[in-house]
Amino acid sequence: MSAINCYHCGTACDQTITIEDKSFCCDGCKLVYQLLDQNGMCQYYDLTQMPGMTAKGSFTAEKYNYLDSQAIQEQLVQVLGEDQAKVVFYLPQIHCVSCIWLLEHLNKINSGIIHSQTNFEKKEIKIVYRPSQISLKQLVQLLAFVGYEPMIHLGGNDLMTKKKVNRKQLFKIGIAGFCFSNIMMLSFPEYLSVETSELGILRPFFIYLNLFLSLPVLFYSAKDFFISAYTGLRQKWLNIDAPIALAIAVTFSRSVYEILTQTGAGYLDSMSGIVFFMLIGRWFQDKSYDSFSFDRDYTSFFPLAVTELVDGVEQNRLLATVQKNAILLIRTDEMIPADAQLLSSGGLVDYSFVTGEHAPIEVAEGSMIYAGGIQKGRSIKVRVVKPVGQSYITELWNNPSLQNEKNQAQSFVHPWSQYFTIVLFFIAFASALYWWWTDPSKILTAITSVLIVACPCSLLLTVTFTYGNVLRWLGKSKLYCKNATVLESIENIDTIVFDKTGTLTNHQHTHLEFIGDTMNVKEQLAIKSITNESLHPLSQLITNYFSKIEEVVKVESIQNFVGKGTRAVVDGEEYLIGSIAFLQLQGVDVSTDIKGSSVAIAINGSFRGVFSVNHIYREGLTQLFNQLKSQDYEMYLLSGDRDTEYFSLQQMLGEDITMHFEQSPEDKLNFIQQLQFQGKNVMMIGDGLNDAGALKKANVGIAVTDQSHLFTPASDAIIEGAMVPKLAQLIQYVKKGKLVIILLFILSILYNLVGMYFATRAVLSPMVAAILMPISSISIVSLSALFTYFFARGVASKS
Amino acid sequence: MSVIVLLIGVSVLVAGAFLGAFLWSVKNGQMDDDYTPSIRMLFDDEITSTKK
Repeated sequence: MSAINCYHCGTACDQTITIEDKSFCCDGCKLVYQLLDQNGMCQYYDLTQMPGMTAKGSFTAEKYNYLDSQAIQEQLVQVLGEDQAKVVFYLPQIHCVSCIWLLEHLNKINSGIIHSQTNFEKKEIKIVYRPSQISLKQLVQLLAFVGYEPMIHLGGNDLMTKKKVNRKQLFKIGIAGFCFSNIMMLSFPEYLSVETSELGILRPFFIYLNLFLSLPVLFYSAKDFFISAYTGLRQKWLNIDAPIALAIAVTFSRSVYEILTQTGAGYLDSMSGIVFFMLIGRWFQDKSYDSFSFDRDYTSFFPLAVTELVDGVEQNRLLATVQKNAILLIRTDEMIPADAQLLSSGGLVDYSFVTGEHAPIEVAEGSMIYAGGIQKGRSIKVRVVKPVGQSYITELWNNPSLQNEKNQAQSFVHPWSQYFTIVLFFIAFASALYWWWTDPSKILTAITSVLIVACPCSLLLTVTFTYGNVLRWLGKSKLYCKNATVLESIENIDTIVFDKTGTLTNHQHTHLEFIGDTMNVKEQLAIKSITNESLHPLSQLITNYFSKIEEVVKVESIQNFVGKGTRAVVDGEEYLIGSIAFLQLQGVDVSTDIKGSSVAIAINGSFRGVFSVNHIYREGLTQLFNQLKSQDYEMYLLSGDRDTEYFSLQQMLGEDITMHFEQSPEDKLNFIQQLQFQGKNVMMIGDGLNDAGALKKANVGIAVTDQSHLFTPASDAIIEGAMVPKLAQLIQYVKKGKLVIILLFILSILYNLVGMYFATRAVLSPMVAAILMPISSISIVSLSALFTYFFARGVASKS
Repeated sequence: MSVIVLLIGVSVLVAGAFLGAFLWSVKNGQMDDDYTPSIRMLFDDEITSTKK
């Protein structure tokens, strides 16, 4: 058994399933390979090594029966014409070049597909197909078969509006850019102070053309600044857009006045220029991570439709319409949508979504089974006890403390812009006073010049570009923030709360450890043979533990106790394998202090030891906690588990970390709330639905994911699991971002002072304004990029 | 000198045509995805040999 990887998906496998020289981990992968091979699509494997999704785990075709329903089709499918329909799916599995290639050549597999186009960044596919040849259900089944199971949402129109907003922004930038460059060109004679007589008719022609070109900038491109300033003022609140709107308005009116009275050419070039640059800044900052969703509530975790048994007949039903006492059929790997009572045997439920604990739990017939669990055993029947919206897990979302919006920390930019505006008015007033004394004819010129040249746009540019850059660098380090406001919240954090399972530990790796007397080869062989018979995940873990033993012996008699353990006889010796309680029940004297997930072993009635299941902690945690401590953060650890690992945790994280165990999702939420009552700014880092309430409540909630396409609960940011130990550096980096902003603020104030020098003397020429404006904007944009890059390099080299 | 008026008019018209092209491309959705097309253009058209 050397290291051979599946030709399709790259999972380690042995050479039992092969075609020619290619090995596969399972029949599923082989089938996908065969399908692609038959259709001459092996280029899929040439573009990227082992590109596929593992097809392990059963694929149930019935799962998509609900897609045959007319009502659902109407919501998903857009009919384009006679026998042509378009559908857009979100495929979170898209990750490489091969994915794009395969998905865009789907028409080779099924001729009913006319055309398919992927969007890599949004992880979307747009398929145009012929409904007469391939139904929506077959289409989804085909996608799921090749490994790209679509995540289907109804009523997901928010993506469309997002797209429209994005396009509108581009329209505004395009128009502002066009007008700005043309106005600048037509203003050249003014800059060069060509004699008026030389130009003759041309001068008014140029000037009026400029005025005409500036109209779309003022009324279309700059619209948002006026709207934002107006809404701010109505709430008696001077936001950063207010001085900007004022500057734009004053510049435009003064220019119109100058043009109409034929006293000058105005400052239309500066005006359209700042609008253009500021729009670019906003666009740069707002670029979001389209493939991530930060606002998921419980409905996105649950299936759209379920199979209900009505008088023993299977019927597909939308989840929202399921009533109390309905009997549901839950197939393997399907999610339990509501708190229910198990009516059949074989309940083996993975609650990792809810509790973070990965090992499935066996549920006996008649017991309660909770929403959010995933059935791992065979198909089961359940009776719904509570309506979907009122189950244990969904109640978290309805918690009253989450109803009011997160009170976002007020951006520190706003006070600055307020001081700025006040100082600005003061200077304008002072210069007006001076000119009233010396030369009253220049009062108006001086006031308007001050307002024109002291545009706070460089302040705004500093903020938008720096935050945009910081967001991008964090994204490269696999920390994806929802928006720029999150960055400011991160700066203000003083308390950090960690979840244990899935956050400090890695979900996908469990480590089995045997504590007890060493067993001889014969006993090991017997145990492996017994566990080999069982599909229970813990049995499989033990089987893997003995992977060096290649043979199996015959098990003479085997007796399974659901949820407890197994009694088996091998070679005349009796083996008991199961929970500690099970062994005690069988009269075995168990002496161990192991708690948590474990499997105890007894041979011929005498206790031999325990296999304890440990999660593997991520590397570098000790360093992370030390770094955070040296930065004076208060830290807490919350865990849903029992306190079995208290001492090892204390050793790893330090003794001054307060730890709370056996916390329910609600406890976690309340804990965060309590800290906030003490005036703390709390950051919560967690994963899974059990942290959902706490993540939402915290000032900054960061969801951890080990596979970017998996579900994450609603949060402000998403971090990839491997980057958790680097958190201290990332927070440091965000703080450096603020430093950059302050430095550039000072620079922009220097620019403003130069402008003031001309403005207060009432000698501001359009030429000076036209030079000052682009120089300040461009230097700030490039310095912002340079500084953020420089600091990001520093962070990268430290980690 | 009046030829300059004409030339300016033409130049603004030409620039306006480019603006129009830009607005059309945005509306047409060509700016919605700025990554995938760069990969797509590298795909070979058809595989001629069935197997390697």
